[in-house]
Amino acid sequence: MDQIKLTIDGKAVEVPKGTTIYKAAKTLGIDIPILCYMDLKGLNIENKPGGCRICVVEVEGRRNLASSCSTDVSEGMVVKTSTIRVLNARRTVMELILSDHPKDCLTCAKSGKCDLQDMAIKLGIRNIPGQEFAEMSTYRLDTSPSIIREMDKCIMCRRCETMCNDFQTVGALSAVNRGFMSVVAPAFEMNLEHSPCTYCGQCVAVCPTGALTEVDHTRNVIAALSDPTKTVIVQTAPAVRAALGEEFGLEPGTLVTGKMVTALRTLGFDYVFDTDFAADLTIMEEGSELLGRLGKFLAGDKDVKLPILTSCCPAWVNFFEHNFPDMKDIPSTARSPQQMFGSIAKTYFADKIGVKREDLIVVSIMPCLAKKYECQRDEFSVDGNPDVDFSISTRELGFLIKQANIQFNGLPDEDFDKPMGESTGAAVIFGTTGGVIEAATRTAFELHTGKSLSNVDFKELRGLEGIRHATIDFGGFPLKIGIAHGLGNARKLLEDIKAGRSEFHAIEIMACPGGCIGGGGQPLHHGDSTILKARAKAIYAEDTSKTLRKSHENPYIIKLYEEFLGKPLSEKAHHLLHTHYFDKSKNTFSI
Amino acid sequence: MSKYSMHLLVCGGTGCRASASDAIVENLKTELEAKGLSDTVQVIMTGCFGFCEKGPIVKVSPDNTFYVQVKPEDARKIVEEHVIKGRKVRELLYVDPKANEVIEDSKHMGFYKKQIRIALRNCGFINPEILDEYISRDGYLALGKALTEMTPEEVIKEIKASGLRGRGGAGFPTGLKWELSRQSQSDKKYVVCNADEGDPGAFMDRSILEGDPHSVLEAMAICGYCIGADTGLVYIRAEYPLAIQRLKVAISQAREYGLLGKDIFGTGFNFDIELKYGAGAFVCGEETALIHSMEGHRGEPTLKPPFPSVSGYLGKPTNVNNVETFANIPVILLKGSAWFSSIGTEKSKGTKVFALAGKINNVGLIEVPMGTTLREVIFEIGGGIKNGRKFKAVQTGGPSGGCLTEKHLDLPIDYESLVANGSMMGSGGMIVLDEDDCMVSIAKYFLDFTVEESCGKCSPCRIGNKRLYELLDKICKGNGVADDLTRLKNLGLVIKDTSLCGLGQSSPNPVLSTLENFMVEYTEHVHDKKCRAGECKALMTYSILEEHCVGCTACARACPVGAITGERKQLHVINPAICIKCGACLEKCKFDAVIVQ
Amino acid sequence: MSSVKIELRKDQIEKIHEICKSFNYEGGELINVLHKCQHEFGYLPAEIQEVVAEQLKLSVAKVYGVVTFYSFFSMIPKGKFPISICTGTACYVRGAENVLAEFKKQLKIEVGETSADGKFSLSCLRCVGACGLAPVVLVGEKTFGRVAPDGVKAILAEFEQ
Repeated sequence: MDQIKLTIDGKAVEVPKGTTIYKAAKTLGIDIPILCYMDLKGLNIENKPGGCRICVVEVEGRRNLASSCSTDVSEGMVVKTSTIRVLNARRTVMELILSDHPKDCLTCAKSGKCDLQDMAIKLGIRNIPGQEFAEMSTYRLDTSPSIIREMDKCIMCRRCETMCNDFQTVGALSAVNRGFMSVVAPAFEMNLEHSPCTYCGQCVAVCPTGALTEVDHTRNVIAALSDPTKTVIVQTAPAVRAALGEEFGLEPGTLVTGKMVTALRTLGFDYVFDTDFAADLTIMEEGSELLGRLGKFLAGDKDVKLPILTSCCPAWVNFFEHNFPDMKDIPSTARSPQQMFGSIAKTYFADKIGVKREDLIVVSIMPCLAKKYECQRDEFSVDGNPDVDFSISTRELGFLIKQANIQFNGLPDEDFDKPMGESTGAAVIFGTTGGVIEAATRTAFELHTGKSLSNVDFKELRGLEGIRHATIDFGGFPLKIGIAHGLGNARKLLEDIKAGRSEFHAIEIMACPGGCIGGGGQPLHHGDSTILKARAKAIYAEDTSKTLRKSHENPYIIKLYEEFLGKPLSEKAHHLLHTHYFDKSKNTFSI
Repeated sequence: MSKYSMHLLVCGGTGCRASASDAIVENLKTELEAKGLSDTVQVIMTGCFGFCEKGPIVKVSPDNTFYVQVKPEDARKIVEEHVIKGRKVRELLYVDPKANEVIEDSKHMGFYKKQIRIALRNCGFINPEILDEYISRDGYLALGKALTEMTPEEVIKEIKASGLRGRGGAGFPTGLKWELSRQSQSDKKYVVCNADEGDPGAFMDRSILEGDPHSVLEAMAICGYCIGADTGLVYIRAEYPLAIQRLKVAISQAREYGLLGKDIFGTGFNFDIELKYGAGAFVCGEETALIHSMEGHRGEPTLKPPFPSVSGYLGKPTNVNNVETFANIPVILLKGSAWFSSIGTEKSKGTKVFALAGKINNVGLIEVPMGTTLREVIFEIGGGIKNGRKFKAVQTGGPSGGCLTEKHLDLPIDYESLVANGSMMGSGGMIVLDEDDCMVSIAKYFLDFTVEESCGKCSPCRIGNKRLYELLDKICKGNGVADDLTRLKNLGLVIKDTSLCGLGQSSPNPVLSTLENFMVEYTEHVHDKKCRAGECKALMTYSILEEHCVGCTACARACPVGAITGERKQLHVINPAICIKCGACLEKCKFDAVIVQ
Repeated sequence: MSSVKIELRKDQIEKIHEICKSFNYEGGELINVLHKCQHEFGYLPAEIQEVVAEQLKLSVAKVYGVVTFYSFFSMIPKGKFPISICTGTACYVRGAENVLAEFKKQLKIEVGETSADGKFSLSCLRCVGACGLAPVVLVGEKTFGRVAPDGVKAILAEFEQ
């Protein structure tokens, strides 16, 4: 590759052709401030509209300043990144952005984690001249089951649009209007509820301000915990333990399972359980479904629906209900682990401890915002009482722990409660892309072949490639497996199935980059794929550390079937653990 | 054209059509028919003559008689007197306002004397809907010459040697642009004509497309030959129905004649042209925004590089030129680069079309050699200031330009000199302002435009222009403070320095140039709360002159807020604290006793 | 945002399909398709945008984003006699603002609105290229030149039976 020589702030540097000034400066340790720019390294997503104009620098011989994030270096270029002219420009532009931004930092959900706030501090903004005569662009507040859009706080960085359209291909958002009133919004500036939004939350995950935030359910949780008539139990999703530590300044990839359990117990939850238990249950049901369909297929049944698609990701479920309703009989009918947990908790477990359904509150800690919507779906409630009452994100749990003045990093490790806190290594890997299908493979292989696996690590199913495939020898039958994370990648596999080009027998789909570890409710990873990799590593480490690593070996799952459900796919199991899907393609704007 | 001994050329430009020039054509035809002259006298509806002020225009060829402000009912007189009897209709002739004498033919009119028409060469001479008329004036000869006698490199060399620069605003050398597009390797390339004229107060592109569409099509084909493109696209404002219709007619005629399509002139060169419609976004004049718009997206600009010549429409190399630039091309090839470069100044060659408007006697479309002074344009061609008022400033370059003053009048107009003086060529709008125009208000007017037209993508343009507008508004309303002037300047400079595209990079020019040249008006607004032009209502005070007031009470009765007191036959007084400055008293007073300051 | 909910008739939907088909269902032709639809229906209500999006395989949000970017597209039906006031520079310096104010006053509507009886709608446009006639007002296809505020009543009267 051609090398380009240039000078930045008096220092010579040589970088490959096509490098931006911003990146070239970085190699010299010069950190040019950026705001709208976002580089999701490893996911091939780069948002560089060159819109905020904070990263401007002076280039010798050029009439105006150049935005360093989007200007490529050229031979002999002389760049100055912090002249008085540059500093004045940056500060003035920042004052402009803030002049059209609400000043309620103290109560903003993003306070302390806001890129805009950080930039204001960095640039030393102390007042906004002429604010009293400055009109602000204001928009209607949009509250959906998962996401709040407070677009008064939008700075038009377009990151959400990039995620929603380029990465997820959901198309719920677009820049609308022009000039001062331009903003990112769903069609007709309606609420997200009337858009094809899947609530994957990736827009929230990348929003640099408080414009896009999750619906906060921590108050409801506190209210439930303080109600003496209620028994409050909690389940924690596998990906939470690999990321929660980041909220407390721990290195990405630090496993905090034990501390998390202690913290939850300290918060006052009556039972601290694990969604992993339900993940093992999911494998029993979904694995049996796969084997059932596979058996029919091998017996020559031409009508059997293959490939089978996983159904534990609620954003993915929303996605196919909106975009591929004609294929809604292909995914597994198994409910997600969150919902299986709720369903079992409010029947089997409630009976066990002798608590009435309405007096049992189920809280879930999820890396996900779509889970908030999922637990509110009508089909997951009995007489108006939801199986899962409140779903809060990893970030919200972080807030709760801080509010309760719990010194998280110094907490001792404790274990989950029984029976719904016991899980296998297969369940914890649900938290990363490829994990669900690997877990299913471990169980299905043994059930199908009757042999015991000598090595349960299916490394060929792991990785961060957007679309992966592998063939597993299922006792002579080559089982073809596809994996996609990110809905844009999922769409490609779906289009293939629709066109009859798909050769897979089973496909795992996760809506978020990296799977749940990169979920919309996780500590903000700011597009840094090294963080995602560290979290994945932690997940696999927990898997390896477990003595039991196959779902069907979980003794409490075995017991659950013996005592309550009978067999996988039994009538009771169908009633409590399976669901059906809806055609939502028309359920958008025509209200 | 030989069959006819006389031609009656009727202006079919938008302005003249708005004043019923099509009815004039109809009536002339009917009259000629009635007199049995249809075979010897031809009525042609042409493109714009440029002299819009006195439209509708009817010109008689070959004697160049120039009839102005013709009404449909004048048709009979023209036929009976001029056509049959050979006597000019005196009352329809143009009267020179200065000398107060009747001018019989266009060659002697001050408006036309200093003009050299290259881009507008056929406007007002041919029927734009008849290809033969274009051909009879050497139309498509340049294309033929290029295809059969020249290599693409030779054509590009010729264009480069001519010194032609983009007429859309920035003045990038056209030949160089073509060369860059030629150098890009690709299986597919495009030639785009930017006809999304959005500058308020400029209508030269429209006039060329309406009056001489083939000149643009021919040039696009030449460009296609040079850069290796087989497809041309005209991106035209949907608000230009007449230009669209004429282009459509021209394209289909050119196809019919084999001048567009496959194997043109039997040389194996293929080139065809399609129309793409703009939908009302000024920013789409910027070439990357234009390309996004053609692709069906929001017309938001993107950073250059990559330049369209490398990656443009659908990611393919694309050469974008504006209408006026293209209109110059065929003539350059026919008359040679030496001829073209002999016109104009050292760095700006050829001519430039300007839309002359505002407080000027001869509103219209003019084409003058580069280097003509503002004084010549305004006072000779433009006939000076309307109603004998005093010249104050001339705004060039539209919303991207600035205001030039008395001291700039002898400035030779070219790209460099205008920029050096805080304005720019832009697409060629030239608005003349007189002493009744408030310069702060003019700056505010342009900022209002920019605020409305900013695409919203980058923050300095989206928010900064809004803040500039608010500051100007504040000053016009009498709420300005000294600090505001410093802020205006800093904000203006930062917006210019940091905006993503040409729109934001030039939008503060009207503010910065008026600050530079008319600081005294700003300080009057801010410190003395006075608007010398009397345009800023909030800054005016109404009072009654003792020596004129007769105490008739008319003003007091007219005042809607009871601000005027006074006994009958006694002096009346206006209470400034109550007065809402509506002007009702001024209107009612028959004794000129109410004054506004 | 469209305030009135309309229901497209079957033949209207078919017309939109036909328009999309004539452009080969190409997403890149969105603006041309919208032009045709607006020409056909007079404006672009949400319901039309949804059909266009579905036909061209674009997200409705994207179509709406384009419609709201370009001032030529309207989501509100125009009046029977759409009034456009040129506010180009030439018209501005010759008093277009006062003319606009008078129209607003007479019609009791703001720019972008349609009068209650659906007869008139008011909009501004930038330069129609008839600067010699400034200030210029267009009512439908008809052009009025050198309009003064006191001439506004007469113009409106011409269209009020």
